[in-house]
Amino acid sequence: MQRELINRARELLADGTVDRVLGWQAGQFAYDITPAVFTDAGELEAHFVYNEFCADNLSKYLIKESEKEGKVLAFLKPCDTYSFNQLVTEHRIRREHVYVIGVESYGKADVEKLRARGISGITGVETVSGMLKVHTMYGDESVPLNEVMLDRCLTCKSKKHVVYDELIGEDGDVVADSGRFDMVEKLERMTAKERFSFWQGELSRCIRCNACRNVCPACTCENCVFDNPGSGLQNRAARDNFEEKLFHIIRAYHVAGRCTDCGECSRVCPEHIPLHLLNRKFIKDFNELYGPFQAGEVSGQMSPMCAYTETADPEASVVRKGGAE
Amino acid sequence: MSVMEKTAAARQAEWKPKIIAFCCNWCSYGGADLAGTNRLSYPANVKIIRVPCSCRVNPMFILRAFQKGADGVIVCGCHPGDCHYSTGNYHARRRMTMLFSMLSFLGVESARTRVEWVSAAEGARFKAVMDSFVEDITRLGPNERLEDLRCKEN
Amino acid sequence: MLYRISCTEMDALFAALSETKTVYLPADREDGQASFVKWTEGTALSNRLNTVRSAKDFFFPQIQPLARFRREGQKIEITDLREESEDFVIFGARACDVRSFEILDRVFLADPVDTSYQTRREHAAIVTMACARPEETCFCTAFDIDPAKPADGDVRAYIADGYCYLEPLTEKGETLLAGAGECLEESDGAAVEAEAGRIRAILEKLPLASLKPADNREKELDVFNSPKWEEMASHCLGCGACTFVCPTCQCFDINDFDSGHGIERYRCWDSCMYHDFTLMASGTPRLTQKERFRQRFMHKLVYYPIRYDGVFSCVGCGRCLRKCPINMNIVKVMKELTGVRPAGAGEEA
Repeated sequence: MQRELINRARELLADGTVDRVLGWQAGQFAYDITPAVFTDAGELEAHFVYNEFCADNLSKYLIKESEKEGKVLAFLKPCDTYSFNQLVTEHRIRREHVYVIGVESYGKADVEKLRARGISGITGVETVSGMLKVHTMYGDESVPLNEVMLDRCLTCKSKKHVVYDELIGEDGDVVADSGRFDMVEKLERMTAKERFSFWQGELSRCIRCNACRNVCPACTCENCVFDNPGSGLQNRAARDNFEEKLFHIIRAYHVAGRCTDCGECSRVCPEHIPLHLLNRKFIKDFNELYGPFQAGEVSGQMSPMCAYTETADPEASVVRKGGAE
Repeated sequence: MSVMEKTAAARQAEWKPKIIAFCCNWCSYGGADLAGTNRLSYPANVKIIRVPCSCRVNPMFILRAFQKGADGVIVCGCHPGDCHYSTGNYHARRRMTMLFSMLSFLGVESARTRVEWVSAAEGARFKAVMDSFVEDITRLGPNERLEDLRCKEN
Repeated sequence: MLYRISCTEMDALFAALSETKTVYLPADREDGQASFVKWTEGTALSNRLNTVRSAKDFFFPQIQPLARFRREGQKIEITDLREESEDFVIFGARACDVRSFEILDRVFLADPVDTSYQTRREHAAIVTMACARPEETCFCTAFDIDPAKPADGDVRAYIADGYCYLEPLTEKGETLLAGAGECLEESDGAAVEAEAGRIRAILEKLPLASLKPADNREKELDVFNSPKWEEMASHCLGCGACTFVCPTCQCFDINDFDSGHGIERYRCWDSCMYHDFTLMASGTPRLTQKERFRQRFMHKLVYYPIRYDGVFSCVGCGRCLRKCPINMNIVKVMKELTGVRPAGAGEEA
C-alpha cells in the first residue's frame, strides 16, 4: 500500500497535477507518525509512510493547505473524507485546490492500548495477516490488530469514501451495525445520578490541554470563545467541576450537527476521556428526533441544528421522557 | 446568629429555589406583564431576563445561569407559528432540545430545564407555568450537579 | 544504611508513614495508565513507568487560588487563599521527575521567592524509585540522570526479588524511614547493586541511548534563525498537551474570576504553545505557530541553559513523546538541531 501511494504521489508531482503532497511522515519508532507536506520525490521516498498507525485525520490541515497557491494532493481515509466534505460544505476548504486520493483503511492501531496491556519498550511493529508483531526491548509480542484498534475503528461507521478524485485500494460500505451508539445507550439507561458520577469521574481528569479542540476538524473558529478575553469565558484550567463540564458541553455542542464522528478527540486525549460519547449523544439525538443524518455524507447539506420543521419537531419536553432520574 | 453559623440543615429548610426565566420580548414577557396587571401572583423567586427572541438564548446563557446560582432555568417564547421574527422559536426549540438532552446525559436532572410557549395574551398561563416549574424545582432541591462552588453565597 | 521490606507488606509501610504524613504514590487506573493518588488502605504502588501527569503538580499545581476580594461598602476585604502545606511524602516518583524539581527550584526559589512553592517543597519528602523497566521513550540519560541509581530525592528505592529496598540519601530521608518503625529490616547492598547493574544494561540498549543535547549556548541566534523551525512547527496543532504533561514547564497565568459576590484571583498553568500566550494590548508578537513552537524548545534547550550554567530544562521523561497528538516532540527537535533527521521508512512497511 505504502509503495503504491508513494509511486502515485511521485507521478502526480511529476506531471504537474499537484504541487504538494499531504501525507504521513515516519517517526523514530514504528508508531509515532506525524502529518507532513512533501514537495519532491526524494522526501517522499525518505519519509512518507502509510501503516496501521497513520491515524491522523488530514482534513483539518487542508483548511490551511488549500488556502495556499497551487494544488495539494491529500490522502484521505474513509473517515477523513466525511470531514473533508463537511469542511467543503462550510467553505473552509477550497475544493478546487485539493486532489483527493482515497486510501483504504481497515482500522488503525492504538499504541496506548498496546501499552495498557503491559507491552512496553516498543521498538518495531509489523502487521502479518491481521496480527501485530510487536518487537520490544523485552521480547516480541503478538497481538491481534482488532484487539488493539482505536475505539473509533472498532465502532467504524463507514468504510466508504464519500469523496475522492481517485482511489487506491478498495472502497468499502457504510457499516450498518457499527454498534457505535451502544455505550451512549448504556449511559442513557443509567439513572441520572449514575450518569453524573460517570461523567464526574471522566471529566475530572481533564487537564484542559485543548488537544481535543485543536485536533477536531469541525473546530475551526479563528478565536475560540474559551481563548477570547472579551468573551468573559476565557479559561485556562478548571478551578471548579463546573468549568470542566462547561468546556466539554460547549465543545461538543458547537460541533453538533457538523461532527462527522471521526473520533480524533478521544484519540488524542492524554487522559483517555471518552469525549466522542458526547458527540455521539448529539448524533444519536439528531437521528432519533429529526431523522437520520450523517454529517459530511454529501457536501452541501444543512446541519440538523438549523434544519427545523414547523410541525414535525418534538417539543423540548421530549428529553424528560427518557431515562430514570 | 449570623448566616455563617447556621447549620446546613437550617439552611436547607430555609432554601428557596432561584429560577431564571428567559422571556421573549414579544410574547412571554408580555404574558408576564399581563399576569402582573391582572394581579395574578407568580412566585417571587422567578427572575425574568428579557431577550429579543427565544432563539437569542445561547446555550452558554443557560449554563452560566446555573453557574451563577440558578436552580432551574426556563426559556419562554412565542407559540410555534407566532414568532415575531417568523422562525426564531423553531430554532430555539431544536437548540434547547439538544442542550437539555445533553445536560440530562451528563446527569443533570432533566426537570431543571424547560421550554414553554407563552403568548402575550396568556397571563394566566404564565402564572401556571411558573407555579408548576417552581414546584418541580422545589421538589428537586438545590442545584448541585451544575453548581460552581465559588458562586455560592457564604 | 539500606533497609528492605517485602513487597507484600507495602501497605504496612504506607500505613506507618501515613501516621504522620500524607502519602502520595502512583497507582494504576482503569484505562491502563497511572496517576499519583493519596494512599488509603489497599492502594497499591503502580509498576507503570510513569504517571500521565508529572510530579510537578505537588509543588506547582495546575490551578491555585491566591486571594479573594470582596467589597463591603467603602472597604475592600482581601482574604489570602493560599493554603499552608502539610507534611507529605511522594513515594515512587521516577528519577526524571525528581530531577525536574531542581529545574523548577531554580525558577521558583530564586529572588523573588515563590513562597507557596517553597512551603510545599519544604514539607515534602521524596522517595525516588529506580526504573526497573525503562522504555523506548526514555532519554533521561541524555541529561545525566541515572535511573539505575537515582541520586535525587530523600530516599532512593528499588523493587527487586520481591522486596522494596530503601536507602536514605538525606537527613530528611533518614527521619522518614526511622518513622516507618518496625516494618523495615536492614539489608546489605548486594541485591541493589545487582538490580542497578541489570538496569544499566537495559539503558545501554535504549533506542535513544545515544541522544545528546547540543550545547547551543554560543549559537543562540543561529538556532533561533534556523530555517528548520518552519517545517518542524508546520503541523503543530497548538494544543498544550506537551506543556501540561511536562515536568519542567513552568509558565503560568494569573486570572480573576467574578463570582458575583466578589473576585477570586487564581494562578494556573499556561502554555507558550497557545496563540494568546503573549497577547498584549497591541496584539501578539508571536504571530504564527512557528514562533510559539520555537519558543518552547528554545526555552528548554537554549535559553534555560544560558541562564543556568548549561543545565537543560528537560529531564527526558518521554511524556511529550507519548502524548503529542501528532507525535512532534523534543527528541525530534534535538535531532534536527544537531543536524540529524529521524530515520525514514523508504521501504514497504
